[in-house]
Amino acid sequence: MSTSPITRTAAELADDLAAGATTSVELTRAHLDRIASVDGDATEGVHAFLHVDAEGALASAAESDARRAAGAPLHRLDGVPIAIKDVLTTRGLPTTCASKILEGWRPPYDATVVGKIRAAGLPILGKTNMDEFAMGSSTEHSAYGPTRNPWALDRIPGGSGGGSAAAVAAYEAPLAIGTDTGGSIRQPGAVTGTVGVKPTYGSVSRYGLVAMANSLDQAGPVTRSVLDSALLHELIGGHDPLDSTSVQQPVTGLVEAALQGASGDLSGLRVGVIKELAGDGWQPGVMARFQESVDLLTKLGAEVVEVSCPSFVHAMAAYYLVMPAEVSSNLAKFDAMRFGLRVVPDGQPSAEDVMKATRDAGFGDEVKRRIIVGTYALSSGYYDAYYGQAQKVRTLISRDFAAAYDRVDVLVSPTSPTTAFKLGEKLDDPLAMYLQDLATIPANLAGVPGISVPAGLADEDGLPVGFQVLAPALADDRLYRVGAALEAAHAAAWGGPLLAQAPALQEVAR
Amino acid sequence: MTSAVTTLVPFEKVLETFDPTMGLEVHVELNTATKMFCGCPTEFGAEPNTQVCPTCLGLPGAMPVVNGAAVESAIRIGLALNCEIAEWCRFARKNYFYPDMPKNFQTSQYDEPICFEGYLDVEVDGETYRVEIERAHMEEDTGKATHIGGATGRIHGASHSLIDYNRAGIPLIEIVTKPIRGTGAKAPEVAKAYVAALRELVKGLGVSDVRMDQGSMRCDVNLSLAPKGSEVLGTRTETKNVNSLRSVERAVRYEMSRHAGILSAGGSILQETRHFHEGDGSTSAGREKSDAEDYRYFPEPDLVPVAPAREWVEELRGTLPEPPAVRRARLQEAWGFSDMEMRDTVGAGALELVEETIAAGAAPQAARKWWLGELARRANDHGLELTEVGVTPVQVAEVQGLVDAKTINDKLARQVFEGLYAGEGTPAEIVEKRGLAVVSDDGALSAAVDNAIAGNPDVAQKIRDGKVAAAGALIGAVMKEMRGQADAGRVRELILAKLT
Repeated sequence: MSTSPITRTAAELADDLAAGATTSVELTRAHLDRIASVDGDATEGVHAFLHVDAEGALASAAESDARRAAGAPLHRLDGVPIAIKDVLTTRGLPTTCASKILEGWRPPYDATVVGKIRAAGLPILGKTNMDEFAMGSSTEHSAYGPTRNPWALDRIPGGSGGGSAAAVAAYEAPLAIGTDTGGSIRQPGAVTGTVGVKPTYGSVSRYGLVAMANSLDQAGPVTRSVLDSALLHELIGGHDPLDSTSVQQPVTGLVEAALQGASGDLSGLRVGVIKELAGDGWQPGVMARFQESVDLLTKLGAEVVEVSCPSFVHAMAAYYLVMPAEVSSNLAKFDAMRFGLRVVPDGQPSAEDVMKATRDAGFGDEVKRRIIVGTYALSSGYYDAYYGQAQKVRTLISRDFAAAYDRVDVLVSPTSPTTAFKLGEKLDDPLAMYLQDLATIPANLAGVPGISVPAGLADEDGLPVGFQVLAPALADDRLYRVGAALEAAHAAAWGGPLLAQAPALQEVAR
Repeated sequence: MTSAVTTLVPFEKVLETFDPTMGLEVHVELNTATKMFCGCPTEFGAEPNTQVCPTCLGLPGAMPVVNGAAVESAIRIGLALNCEIAEWCRFARKNYFYPDMPKNFQTSQYDEPICFEGYLDVEVDGETYRVEIERAHMEEDTGKATHIGGATGRIHGASHSLIDYNRAGIPLIEIVTKPIRGTGAKAPEVAKAYVAALRELVKGLGVSDVRMDQGSMRCDVNLSLAPKGSEVLGTRTETKNVNSLRSVERAVRYEMSRHAGILSAGGSILQETRHFHEGDGSTSAGREKSDAEDYRYFPEPDLVPVAPAREWVEELRGTLPEPPAVRRARLQEAWGFSDMEMRDTVGAGALELVEETIAAGAAPQAARKWWLGELARRANDHGLELTEVGVTPVQVAEVQGLVDAKTINDKLARQVFEGLYAGEGTPAEIVEKRGLAVVSDDGALSAAVDNAIAGNPDVAQKIRDGKVAAAGALIGAVMKEMRGQADAGRVRELILAKLT
């Protein structure tokens, strides 16, 4: 497989394109072939994609090649194919959010992130699977069937962005876009042995990102290397006049930070290990790999201390009030009146009857669960006790972060308490599923950025473990410096990237 | 439904037992070029669903961005209403399902309005009432549903509905009064005067067309009755979309009589919305609106807070036009109008028109006479606003100029106006085309006078005998012969010259 272009990083592919060693059409076709060979469908294969746009991808690849031949590439990544989580609108391409209620909907507009990707000339391979409306940590809540972890097809790829992470891990795409509301980029990254970054809230436009929880959602890169994430992050970041919560500061210096970090010198860096994000409930293999990575940081010159963020213990509870509250309102627009599924009951139904029947048929159980919880939390008389208290907890969590960042430059923890569990294992236990995001949620509540990089394989199951680095808001560059340093040190120890240790995937029957 | 069997208590009787409390909620549609949260145009009357985009259609993924011009308009309205302007405020989502609401929540403001704690003084029969303003907040309009197939045009009984989302997202300012108490029998007039004053004020700011007939200004009338002297407020009803000044007055009057009827019979008022019927001035039950109705408000997470800088607010304060009351006093003085004349002019909505006519050269009394007479009659007959009668202030001034020059008289002027309505050209051209000019040529007049004298020897003799007052009959005869196109003063001079 080492001779195939599909195992190369996006940065390497960009170099190949620049050197004339390959063409975008060649790369795109290689990835489309890989998708055809391993992705399968709801019943077999990785099933990372809900929709593959071979024709569109090859057409934009040809355009990219023409630009390059004319000496006018649009961007360093021009011609490098990419996959998009199906929660971002793509003009003319299906956008389902993995829900039945949006089956067949083709948005009339591109999300800003998608627009930037098109404007930079990256062919879009297709739309990736996810938990319905990004609600879940296993991609099992997709209405179109689960995605399977390329490391072990009977296991979950994480969620909600399991499709994007699995696509990248299975070499079906060199780059993907994910979205992270409570960990949906980082946790799938952790359990698939890939890199995932949740940028600072507001640094990447949310326009065209179908909202789960507006105050928490953030789109970000899903890749196989830290440098690739930096390249993609700089491409999609920056102010958007269509998203008034987007910050004015330009998103720069990330690639530079990744390159600097890869040199392996972290002297002067202060690292805080979050005391609250570890303990008895955590898988021993996860803790062992985490500790190894912490020791590596020390070796690279960083000063490591333990810090306490006492409010983090309330993060999960606050998250499961704020998020469903926003969900209950955001998902009200799915009413069969203007787009998507329409179920018309027999007889002479009123508009209200149609709304009810459509929402009943179109939403899955997890979505309904969150709508019900959120509706309750916002109800008059309960607002202060639930939504109001949860917002106060957010403030406390932000203060914990602020106090910690007074002492250290970055905070670290395992990304997820466990490695990938078996499909179906936690489906009947929502609370156990929610605990997957224990370590990732605080960053969303406070709006700070985080990265998950591979930390090795757990001893007990041989599955990938993720190492999470968190930085202060707008200091995303620190994630790349630390992430790249760790990545380089690990690669040296492992003799290559972690994914090289993944078992080969069987081809699916065509 | 209690209302069906309610006997109305005559208005005068209501006040023997009850005190009314009113609350007025006025929605003003801003005339910004674009919508509240997107860049779609706001022009009235466009083809349905042509002024829409992902944001105002509530498509998945689309996001709102606050229209800065709407914020500016809101602040100016607030300042003109003597309100405090919030240093920091947020939008909130008002959640409820309705087919004409693209997102099934309305982006509005809840407990953090941009303007609060103001007042507007209104005058009724020479007495000033201070209407206290609780808040003025920003929000977006919904789509407009047209229900097809039902008898009433309401959703009940309709076979289907058509929705125009052009209106969805149009910026609105909702201005809410505090409970208005102590107005007694003047309640209906105070309500009307408040809405009229608000309309004038907003119009003066230039931030809205405030056309009640087109829905760019809409009023909801809350009313409750309490036993005379009681401090405890009664249960209120909310009569929605009362869309003319007169209707505001009638709605208050009707609801007072209706409430009194129910309460006097030992019944209780159902807290509900009511529909107002222009035809007979009555109201009918809408939907029940209990306090338990739960909109699950929460701060809109897609929008950053609005925090108008104090310097900007002060800058906007400097742009406020002269307050309407001050302006009226100044104009009344300048024009020499009596209180009654001024009140009628304002009441007819003719203040600006008269002002512009005077500016175009007409004498104040003449300008008032045309707008409140001939032109008001035409507006009334055709159900038009004065601004729509088809005559501009400049044209009125031109017509008056012809009268002043004795080219035509008042009676002929009416024919000139008819020509103007029909678009026959300028006033001078119409006089020319229609041959309306007064005949002041002594030759023609003299002959007509001679004919009149010959035809009325008795009258002529009376005049010769010194009864000059009898000349009127001869003038009439001359005018008849001249088909009205004669200068009556000159005719009189000629008659007297010939007979005395």
